[in-house]
Parts: sequence; C-alpha cells; structure tokens
Amino acid sequence: MVASRAIGSLRRFTASQTLGCRGYICRNFTRSSALLTRTHINYGVRGDVAVIRINSPNSKVNTLSQELHSEFMEVMNEVWSSSQIRSAVLISTKPGCFIAGADLNMLNSCTTSQEVTQISQEAQKMFEKLEKSTKPVVAAINGSCLGGGLELAISCQYRIATKDKKTVLGSPEVLLGILPGAGATQRLPKMVGRPAAFDMMLTGRGIRADRAKKMGLVDQLVEPLGPGVKPPEERTIEYLEEVAITFAKGLADKKITPKRDKGLVEKLTSYALSIPFVRQQIYKKVEEKVRKQTKGLYPAPLKIIDVVKTGIEQGSTAGYLSESQTFGELAMTKESKALMGLYRGQTQCKKNKFGAPQKEVKQLAVVGAGLMGAGIAQVSVDKGLQTILKDTTLPALGRGQQQVFKGLNDKVKKKTLTSFERDAMFSNLIGQLDYRGFEKADMVIEAVFEDLNLKHRVLKEAEAVIPDHCVFASNTSALPIGEIATVSKRPEKVIGMHYFSPVDKMQLLEIITTEKTSKDTTASAVDVGLRQGKVIIVVKDGPGFYTTRCLTPMMSEVIRILQEGVGPKNLDSLTTSFGFPVGAATLVDEGGVDVAKHVAENLGKMFGERFAGGSLEVLMQMISKGFLGRKSGKGFYIYQEGVKNKNLNSDMDSILASLKMPSQPDVSSDEDIQYRLVTRFVNEAILCLQEGVLATPAEGDIGAVFGLGFPPCLGGPFHFVDLYGAQKIVDRLRKYETAYEKQFTPCQLLVDHANNPNKKFYQ
Amino acid sequence: MNQNFRMISLLTYTLKNLPNTSKWALRFCMRPLSSSSQLQAAAASQTKSKKTLAKPNIRNIVVVDGVRTPFLLSGTSYKDLMPHDLARAALSGLLHRTSVPKDVVDYIIFGTVIQEVKTSNVAREAALGAGFSDKTPAHTVTMACISSNQAMTTAVGLIASGQCDVVVAGGVELMSDIPIRHSRKMRKMMLDLNKAKTLAQRLSIISKFRLNFLSPELPAVSEFSTSETMGHSADRLAAAFAISREEQDEYALRSHSLAKKAQDEGLLSDVVPFKVPGRDTVTQDNGIRPSSLDQMAKLKPAFIKPYGTVTAANSSFLTDGASAVLIMAEEKALAMGYKPKAYLRDFMYVSQDPKDQLLLGPTYATPKVLEKAGLTMNDIDVFEFHEAFSGQILANLKAMDSDWFAQNYMGRKAKVGLPPLEKFNNWGGSLSLGHPFGATGCRLVMAAANRLRKEGGQYGLVAACAAGGQGHAMIVEAYPK
Repeated sequence: MVASRAIGSLRRFTASQTLGCRGYICRNFTRSSALLTRTHINYGVRGDVAVIRINSPNSKVNTLSQELHSEFMEVMNEVWSSSQIRSAVLISTKPGCFIAGADLNMLNSCTTSQEVTQISQEAQKMFEKLEKSTKPVVAAINGSCLGGGLELAISCQYRIATKDKKTVLGSPEVLLGILPGAGATQRLPKMVGRPAAFDMMLTGRGIRADRAKKMGLVDQLVEPLGPGVKPPEERTIEYLEEVAITFAKGLADKKITPKRDKGLVEKLTSYALSIPFVRQQIYKKVEEKVRKQTKGLYPAPLKIIDVVKTGIEQGSTAGYLSESQTFGELAMTKESKALMGLYRGQTQCKKNKFGAPQKEVKQLAVVGAGLMGAGIAQVSVDKGLQTILKDTTLPALGRGQQQVFKGLNDKVKKKTLTSFERDAMFSNLIGQLDYRGFEKADMVIEAVFEDLNLKHRVLKEAEAVIPDHCVFASNTSALPIGEIATVSKRPEKVIGMHYFSPVDKMQLLEIITTEKTSKDTTASAVDVGLRQGKVIIVVKDGPGFYTTRCLTPMMSEVIRILQEGVGPKNLDSLTTSFGFPVGAATLVDEGGVDVAKHVAENLGKMFGERFAGGSLEVLMQMISKGFLGRKSGKGFYIYQEGVKNKNLNSDMDSILASLKMPSQPDVSSDEDIQYRLVTRFVNEAILCLQEGVLATPAEGDIGAVFGLGFPPCLGGPFHFVDLYGAQKIVDRLRKYETAYEKQFTPCQLLVDHANNPNKKFYQ
Repeated sequence: MNQNFRMISLLTYTLKNLPNTSKWALRFCMRPLSSSSQLQAAAASQTKSKKTLAKPNIRNIVVVDGVRTPFLLSGTSYKDLMPHDLARAALSGLLHRTSVPKDVVDYIIFGTVIQEVKTSNVAREAALGAGFSDKTPAHTVTMACISSNQAMTTAVGLIASGQCDVVVAGGVELMSDIPIRHSRKMRKMMLDLNKAKTLAQRLSIISKFRLNFLSPELPAVSEFSTSETMGHSADRLAAAFAISREEQDEYALRSHSLAKKAQDEGLLSDVVPFKVPGRDTVTQDNGIRPSSLDQMAKLKPAFIKPYGTVTAANSSFLTDGASAVLIMAEEKALAMGYKPKAYLRDFMYVSQDPKDQLLLGPTYATPKVLEKAGLTMNDIDVFEFHEAFSGQILANLKAMDSDWFAQNYMGRKAKVGLPPLEKFNNWGGSLSLGHPFGATGCRLVMAAANRLRKEGGQYGLVAACAAGGQGHAMIVEAYPK
C-alpha cells in the first residue's frame, strides 16, 4: 500500500533536522507573532505572501487531523482578512512528507456513518473555500502528498512539487475500502481528465512528481538539491518555499496563469467525453473492468465510479453530497474495517520490535543460487547490501546471477532505475563457487534444496569459515529450524528466514526463532528483512511454522474437493470469487506438486488426523507422471510459453477418477466448498495463536494475506473471525465436523471467542 | 562541459540579445570590483620573503613558456577546421615563441574531450603536421575539462622520474564540429552488411531496415552516471548554496569586464595570431562581451525553466581553441639558455559525488594542494580558477567559506577559507575568454605564470572542476627574475 510505503520511507530523518528548519523560519520572518500559539501550523508573511508551514509535533508525518484542520481554517481566515497579504504558500517543513492523508484514528473513532459524513462535509467546505480563494494559494509539495493531503493540494490554485523519489501524489483511499471524501472525486476528474482520475482513485497508485507534472496534477517541478551550507533536505524545502513564493507573487500579479495548455490527445478526449453516449460507454467499461477484478467483494471502487458519475451528470452539489454520504457508508463496511486493520498490521510489521542489532549486517552471503537464493540476493543488492551468492556449479550460479540482473534490468526498462544505478547495484553481487570471503560475512542465508541432510552439510561447511558473530539463517518453508540447528556449534545464531516466491514481488518474510535463538540474532534478521523492504512476522519454530501450517490443511481440503469430483476450473473460480487472488488448483501448480506433496507428507505425520482429507496418492501419481505444475509445463493445467489461456490437463481426469471419493451433498454446495477451505485455514491460524506459534493476531493476519493470499477484503483470519462472528464460524466447523470429523473440530481459543461475544482479537 | 551542446542555440540567442557594448563597457565601472587596480599595485610591491617549494632529490620542473590560439566562439572563424589543425597552430606558435629546436623535444602530450574519430591520437597528428621530428612520440589524454591539466602533470611525471627532459603539453577542442554517429541499429546493420557474403544475405539484412535507424546519435549531452546535464547541475548547485541570479550575473559581468580590460591592455600575451586557411588572421579572443546587468537580467534561464538562475550570459560558452606549453627540467632549460616563466609545483586530483557535487572540485582540491605544499591561502598571490558557470564559482567560494560544509563533507575541522576576490581571475576567466574543454588547463597555468610576473607575486594557485565530479589544483611558483 502506497500510504504505508511513504510513511516507511520517512524513518531516516532525524528530529534535529526538523528543528533546524524552525530556526531558519524565525529569522526570516518579518512577523511571526502567531508562531507560538499554534501547534501544527506556523505562519508568517514575506512581503505580501503569507507562508503557511505545516509541521505536526511528535509525529513522523503530517496527517489531516481535527486540530490541524481548525488551525488551518484559522490561518486562512487571517490570510483572507489581511489587507497586507495578496497570496499564500502552503508548505510542510516536515522532511519527506507534505500531508500523508487523513488521520485514520479520527475515522476509526466514529461509530456511525453520519459522523463520518460530517467529517467529510467539513473538509469539503474548507476545501471549497480554498478553491474559491481570490488570493492565490500555492501548494509546495515535498514528500508524500496522499489522500486528504492531495485533496488539499488540488484545492489550491497552483502546485509545485519537488522531483524527489519521496514525493508521491495519490489517492490510496480505495486500498482502505473508502473513497476520497474531501472533494477529490469531483476535482480530480476535472484536473487530470476522467481516465487518469479513475486510474488514480481506483488503483490507489502513487504518482511520482515528474509523471504528475505530465498529467497536469502539478504545475511546476523543483529539483532536490545537494549539499550547500546546510543539510540538503533542509535547503531543498527552503528552496521549494522560495520558488513557491515567486510563483505566488506571479499569480497575484497575474504574470502567471494557473491554466495549462492541454495537448491534442487531451483536447480530443475531453471533446469525446462531452458526448453523453461516449461517457456512458466509458462508465460501463470501467465498471465492467472493476467488477471483473473485484468480483463484487470490494464495494469502494464501484462507489467511486458512482460518485464521479453523479458529479458529472448531476452537477457538483449533488456530487459533493454523494461523496460525503458514500464516504460515511463505506467507512462503516466490514471490508473497510478489514482493510484498515491490515494497514495497521502492516505498519506494525514494518518495525523492529527487537531493537537495533548489536552489529549491523554489512556483508551478506546467500548459499544456493536457485529461484529463492537469487531472489534474496536481488532484494539485498538493490538496497546496497554487499552480497555473496554461492552455488556449487557454474551453470547454476550463472542462472542465478542472470536472474538478479534481469530483475534489475526490468526496472531499467520500466524507468524506475537508470542503467547506471543498475550497474552499481549489480556490482554489490559477487558470484562464487566456494566459501571465500565468508570469514567476513555478518549473515549467511542458505536457500538450498529442502533436504535436511543437505542443509546440515551447508551449515557445517559455513560454520567452519564464518566469524563468531555471523548469523546463520535458513530459508525453508517447512523443515523445523530446531532440527537444522542440531548440528550447529552455536545454535543461538541459527534462525529461519522464510521468503516467499517470487522474492522480489512478495512482501512477506516469516522469521522463525527456536528456543535457543538469541534476541540479538532475531533483531539482526528482522533488521536485514526490513532493509530488504519486507513486512515481517516473527513466529516460533514448529512444523510448518505459521504460514505453511495454515496452508496445509486447506490444501488437503483442496485435494479432497477435487477427488469428490469438483473440476479444477470450477474450484479455482470458487476460491477466487471468495477473494483469494489465485485459484486453489492453480496455487498447487504454481507452488509445485512435489513441494506440496513433501509438505503434506511431513506435516501430515506431525499433526496426524487433523491434517487428513484428500489422499496423498493424488500428488504422488501426479509426480510419477511428471505433472509437477508450472515448472514442468503440466499440472492440473497445461502451461505453454507464450500461451495466455491455460487449458486443463486431460490426463488428470484418469488420476482423479481412479481416486474418486464420494461427495457428501449436504456439505458440497458452492458456499460450503468455499467455507470448508477457509474454515480449515482459519481454525489452524487460531490454533497457532493458541499454541504461541504466533505472538499477535496482527502478525497472523499479515502472514495470511501477504504470504498466502488470504482474501484482503476479509482482513486475514483474525479480522475475519472478529468481523464475521466467531459463533458463525464455529457453527460452520461443527457442521463440517459431522461429515469429516476431527479435521474440522474448532480449536479451544475459537470456541472461547464464540462463547463470549465480547472477546475480540482486536479490541 | 557537456551542457554546452545545448547552448549552441542559446548562444545565437545571446548574440542577438547582448548587443556589443564594448565602447560603453570601457567606461563601465563595476560595482563588485571595488578597487582592484590599486590592490594589484600593492601586490606588485610586496616584498618576497616566502620560501621556495623546491624539494630535495626531486628535479625542479619549469614552464619555459606557453601559447594559445585565440579562443573563438564555436561556429565562427575556426568552423571549417579539424581539431589537429588548431592543435598544430598552437604547436607552431610555441615553436615560434620559444625557438626550441624540434629535435630536443622528447615527448608531446595533448588533452582533448570530444575526440574526432579520424584523429583519435590528435597529439601525434598535430605534431607531425607541425613539423616535429617523427621520432618524437606523442599521446592524447582525456579527463573532461581538466584534460590539458592532465597533459601537463603527465609531463611533470615524465620529467620528475627522469624519463624525459623536455615535454610539450597542450590541449585542443573544436566544438564547431562534433562526431555525430549513426544509431547503434544502423551501425550494426552496416557492419553486418559488410560481413554478408551472398546477395540473399545482404537482402535479408537490408529488409530489416527501419526508418528510425536513421536517427542520429549525438555525443553525450549529460553526465553518463546521472543523466543530468552540467548546466542543470550547476543551477541546482547555485540553488543549494542560495546564490541569486543577480550575484551570478554580477560575477559574469566581472569576468567579461576584466577580460576586456586585460585584452585591451595587451596582458593576454599567451595568445598567438593564427592565419586560418582561406580566412583572415585571427588575433584575439572573440567571446569577451561585457554587457550590462539589465541586459543580462532579460535572458531566460537556460536549464531549469522557468525559474532557474543559470543563463547563457552567466555560463561559459562553446569554444574552439588550442593551447600548448613547453615544460623542461630546470637544469635543461638553463643549459639551453632559457629564462623560464614559472615552476610547476605540487598538484592534486580529487573526485566526489558526480550528482550533487559535480562542480565542487576546486573546493576539495585547494586545501589538499595547499597542505601538500605547506602553504596557506594567504601565501597565494594569484588565483586562477576555471569558470564553468558563475554559479559554480560562487558555490565553490561559498563552500570554501563554510565551516558546515568543511565539517560535514570534507572531513575538516574548519573551513578552507575564501580566496580574496582581488587576486582572483583578474584577467578574466572561462566565462569571458572561452572554454575549449581540452585546452583550458594550459591557459590557466599561463595566466597564473604571466600574472605572477606582471603583478609580482610568488605563488599562483590553479584550480578547475570537471565532468564526472572530478577536480584539480596545482601550485605555480614564479621563476625568480
């Protein structure tokens, strides 16, 4: 999610720099009497330009809170009533952040949709006054300008943004299940055109400054500055302010007009959109696309289209009214609560609660240059981490190096990296076939095949070379870390780091600690993971840890459902329509049938009856026929290079037919099939919390959503139980228990929650 | 230097918009320059009590003399020449000025930036044409705007190590003509065609031709590592040091006015006339055009539009020109009966972040070379800094005057200190005299040497910035009269 990314990037700034800014402000102001009376905003006048500076205290970001709102109103009223002032500049002195959005706590504390609607209407009123200001207001944007921040900016008469990587403009509300509630649904389409506005509001994507300039979202760009006689960040904000002041003056003197020349394409588009028939067709197209992508599980995107449509077809009064009302409604939906919960969870999982490690990892070594190993290397070198990539043969190593290069080069093609940056990053990677240089490694991550003996060998070989402080991390999806650590001379330095494939795309990292793992080792692993850009859950060691353990009973159910005669295509559509991003049968193919079998077999032994369901024989027969999934070209489906539509593998029919199970009609409706899958998943997740594998429900939700694709609209298994009701889930489980026995027995913690409706995982 | 490609068009703009006001400029008294002439007089009468920088067991190396062709705006009188023609003119001029016997020269080194592909070792082609012995080896070096500095210090190395006694170092740049290539796709097709043996092969290659193959490829306009043009970087640098447009225009005006004065007083004695084939003899630099602040204020920003501060008027312009100096071991020079102009003493190359500190080389190089030589800023009588942009010079001055910058970026306890402006580029600089990338270094050294003789000081400091975030500084010591 964009908002969280922007927030995360703020960490590197120190408070002292912010204070430094203040000193400058005081010196340069002709009048600063108001300085001490407000907490979020200080304001002064330079010549005839009012400079309004936002900097919320004790926070890394500025958010549009009630207090900020009222202080801003107060200041604007002064600006409007002062005869001395002819224009204004609105700027944030907080490094890397203009305004990151509305204050979510303010929304969460509302209990009715009316309250939320009222908040929206107040903001609408303020921004309307701002929009109609006769004294031009220039928004000077440095850093994240998201949600309400963007709505504020687009209500101003002019926008100037720094061309910094941290400057991102966007409307990420849809990702929280709501819509922009302070006028963006009405202003954005007029400003950037309907297609671009829909794209921004429906995807929530963040827009970099240079693209924003091209779109007409900002009017001028300011380049970030290097060092001068003060820190670059500080001087850049100062410079932005200076430039904004000259433009504010120019606007007041009418030397600059805020209107922008529209290109030919834009003119044609706006002409086409003036024809009602064309407009209807476009709404229809967009709605169709949204319906297809959301499968009706997310109400916000369709509502956004509705609200935009209302504004355009019925005028802005109706549009604003619709916006505020819909905003109130959406904020009260389960989907929105689930998504906001996930957002908070994600923010938590981007912090290192184990503190800073004693020694920061500077030299990393990855053993095994396969898909996972090379992926881990890629997300390390592109963050400037020196990384050795070791394999045993030159072809295997070469393949891994090529994977890293391709990963970086794809970014060059997308123009998010320059070729020079790519080369500099790639030079952080050293490929080799031996353990040379491991004596300087601060952390070794092994990503060799899932074979305990092999892992033992690698551990012993590495420990013969690495220094005492070096952490040994194992990337495995199911082998217990404790067992891997049995051959270690220093088990306190052994830890599990379970990455998800493809490593450069999947955000989750599951870190597994054994009883012997030291706190500093954990801190070190979390630190590396955070630097690699991951959201991190830390779980206790045990068969399948958390993620694999939750997935396995669900997969067992997948096989049983297939054996009961539901076709893979049908099953896929049942799972995706429930909100899973990938269908269940496809998931087996993608992950690899051999891997699935390996995990099912191992965990089946450990957990016995509860993990039973489909027969392992299905997977074994598939393996014997070479149907390993996507990697072998055949699984439940047939995969061909360059062919987009995949066909069913007809050879599977005979396997499934020979292992057919009788289906039980009273638990085999479409809905039952969906719930059989989900409840087994959820029950196991809650059992993990009960047994202490999970430390917090938030980590359980983040792990399930970001690692396994649990439907985000449900917010993860724990949010799901809270929002859907524990009793209803227990009822479901009991129903399936009668058909399939122990596999569906609800765990104690879940039963406790069902018995006491006040008990919630999230209070 | 690369920004200058873009400035071709700007240049014409400047020409149109900065009317020649030379008569007026003669009477013009500059504001920022309070009383430089008096100060010069004072400097000349200074007593010479400073130590010399001779080092035990190392040969003293001297500049016997140096010359340069007039530096001309690109696209003017030199526009039909090739780089080696200009270089040859400088070499011939040097031979004429010093009367050095050609066969005494052990080695020739030239610096250049944009290489003419036909004469990639331009030093050798020019030397042969200038009538030097074909037994005298020659090589060409490149280091952006400090290429001829590199040529000179290479010569110093050859002499100090005893490999040579007499070396000619110089530099050349001809921006009137630059190698514009076919696109990579077109080149590949042409090379493949060359290798094709049968008609069918040839046809199949030709069939792959697309119109976009014909789009030409210009020499890099921007820094390779950062994709930023130098002018753009200079504008950001000026902003980072909070240098106003007015300050930059004032400095540029100072440069032009001082250059004009030096030219009129005949101080630019390193310039040798050049009879251009088919044209009149060129006798002086043609880029010196003192204007007025009002005129300069009318120009639009050249790089960061519409609010930047770097304009065509406060940037150095695209220039054609060549320079050459005769460097010898002191004892060799004395044995041959020469009266050298100066010693070449300690020198220093530095490099730093090519993005945000692209043009700050002089700030880094100056304190290092002073420390190496055991001198302080106060010991320096003559400063000759390369002026790529007004903003760049002023940013360097501010950086040298900042404790914060010294502590946070240079690892120093305190600031470098400010070179006194009355000793600084008193005969104009690259902004006004012009900046043929490969040839500027020798001009700086000769300006320092000639100024030391004229103004009576002992030490000169030469410093320059260069693309790639590199920099150079060298101490020039006056040869005792």
